[in-house]
Amino acid sequence: MVNLEIDFNGLILRNPVLTASGTFGYGEEFKDFVNLNALGGFIVKGTTLNPRQGNPYPRMAETPKGMLNAVGLQNKGIDEFCNSIYPRIKVYNKNIIVNVSGSNIDEYVECAARINELETIPAIELNISCPNVKQGGMAFGTSCPSAKQVVKEVRKVYKKHLMVKLSPNVTDIVAIAQAVEEEGADSVSLINTLLGMAIDINTQKPKLSTITGGLSGPAIKPVALRMVWQVSKAVKIPICGLGGIMNAGDAIEFMLAGASCVQIGTANFINPSVTTEIINGIYEYCSSKGISDINDIIGKI
Amino acid sequence: MHKYIHDLRVVNKKRINPDYYILELTYSDTLADMFPGQFVEIKVENAPNTFLRRPISIYDVDYDNNILKLLIQIVGEGTNILSYVEPYDYVNLVYPLGNSFSMPENNRILLVGGGCGMAPLLYTAHYFSDFGYTPSILIGAKNNLGIIEPEEFEKYGELHICTEDGSDGTEGYVTQHKLFESPELFDKVYVCGPEPMMKAVAKWTVKHNIHCEVSLENLMACGIGACLCCVQETVNGNLCVCTEGPVFNVKDLLW
Ligand SMILES: Cc1cc2nc3c(=O)[nH]c(=O)nc-3n(C[C@H](O)[C@H](O)[C@H](O)COP(=O)(O)OP(=O)(O)OC[C@H]3O[C@@H](n4cnc5c(N)ncnc54)[C@H](O)[C@@H]3O)c2cc1C
Ligand SMILES: Cc1cc2nc3c(=O)[nH]c(=O)nc-3n(C[C@H](O)[C@H](O)[C@H](O)COP(=O)(O)O)c2cc1C
Ligand code: FES
Repeated sequence: MVNLEIDFNGLILRNPVLTASGTFGYGEEFKDFVNLNALGGFIVKGTTLNPRQGNPYPRMAETPKGMLNAVGLQNKGIDEFCNSIYPRIKVYNKNIIVNVSGSNIDEYVECAARINELETIPAIELNISCPNVKQGGMAFGTSCPSAKQVVKEVRKVYKKHLMVKLSPNVTDIVAIAQAVEEEGADSVSLINTLLGMAIDINTQKPKLSTITGGLSGPAIKPVALRMVWQVSKAVKIPICGLGGIMNAGDAIEFMLAGASCVQIGTANFINPSVTTEIINGIYEYCSSKGISDINDIIGKI
Repeated sequence: MHKYIHDLRVVNKKRINPDYYILELTYSDTLADMFPGQFVEIKVENAPNTFLRRPISIYDVDYDNNILKLLIQIVGEGTNILSYVEPYDYVNLVYPLGNSFSMPENNRILLVGGGCGMAPLLYTAHYFSDFGYTPSILIGAKNNLGIIEPEEFEKYGELHICTEDGSDGTEGYVTQHKLFESPELFDKVYVCGPEPMMKAVAKWTVKHNIHCEVSLENLMACGIGACLCCVQETVNGNLCVCTEGPVFNVKDLLW
């Protein structure tokens, strides 16, 4: 028997495998492929106070070992989430985490306060790192003072587990991680997408309507791993690691680098049952190495 | 409708010409029910720059022999490398995906396919024919190399062909075909093909107040409604082509 359970700063995960916001819908899109209840948890789409239509098409471009997206937080807004989506999905897993975004601090705060009322949502992931919205979004996550300010205000109204999602589009991610830790974040998740672009040489036009977008997938894994390792050396709160994880081996690398749990993102598009395979793969890895508790490998590097 | 992720075995690969091939695939168990207009997301192995799955329409289903057929046009690395699969190889599919064309109410129906857009229309004609309908079918291409398996289409309806260079059927664009002089013959038109062609047909149906459904081919990442990359602007906001399409009533589009 191998223990895969993680105490993620009070959030009890049956295993360290969660899914990344914006890549797993509301979970229900995957119910034909995955036993949702067997996941450590899942993080739903980026949710904002008001409904958003997102950016114009085209919003996606395939790149070497990855993809660019410019979805721009299309979502139906917090009312729709609380009134119709939440009641429908809450049975799927005890750790459904809502990814919260906003274009100003008041929006973040109001959204977080609303989710605080939802009984079976144990945590939010504060997205201060979205590269695909004109206002706010990533801007909050790219300077220490603004990151501190938004976390401080949200902390006042949000009483459960507060995870803060960090942007890799900064010179010093460690400083941002320390800043949000000081303001009372319970954990950090990293990384969000890396800002990138792609051009169609036939039309001589950008492939995305927004010109630039967020890069995800295996192409970003070495960068993400390095950042997780650096942050893990500098903060006490636990880390949820993500960026390009495609299989159990990748997930174990992140845990060795200091992540207590991981999120699977773009890999869900290529193999919608990949999360189940990763959980099984982590179990097999531990058994074959004689590791009886997954906690023993966290931060070994 | 339940979706599956399965390895299907290649039974046959028909190379039609340098640009087109047909894959005939079978599954170890009975194939799921599939509807006309639906598609599959196929994984291309050993293609270094093909990271995502490729959406491909259901070209035909032969339930008697448990075979699913795909008609594929080579346009890039993914569709090219996939053309090298051989019988007894396996390909991984996520399927069946998307909505489907609505059922006709009578025989006053026209199917219009341009280029590779003719792919979903064979199964559509087949399916309608199984319900006793006899559609009129118009397929168009640049030249005769793009007119694939006309004998298959002829089994299920009254086939008309046109090519831009006149190498097969009548010469010209599909919308220049004489069928378009007789709007009074049709209650429903089903279209799949390049966007300018679909728009031209759509415009004609709107003018003559004919019900028209088009099948869109937006770029996709997941194919199952999770990523929101494939959206189309509609009167109801941005909708996912992979789950709320690929078939849309033209009245709902902002064309
Ligand atoms: C619902 C749906 C059903 C489809 N059905 C079929 C089918 O039955 N048979 C078939 O051959 N193809 C079909 N397609 C198109 C097919 O998915 C693309 O041709 C394929 O993904 C190209 O992959 P590639 O790696 O060969 O080319 P890439 O290298 O990815 O692209 C080559 C060129 O084709 C263009 N392209 C790629 N995908 C699309 C697209 N979806 N729309 C417009 N341009 C595109 C690219 O911009 C590029 O210029 C369908 C697409 C959709 C969305
Ligand atoms: C299509 C798409 C949509 C995304 N939407 C969100 C979002 O709404 N909020 C968020 O915090 N991150 C979002 N992300 C970022 C992912 O959650 C994740 O941080 C990133 O993709 C890196 O992980 P990966 O390489 O495993 O995909 C999105 C990513 C993709 C590909
Ligand atoms: S392709 Fe992902 S939502 Fe349609």
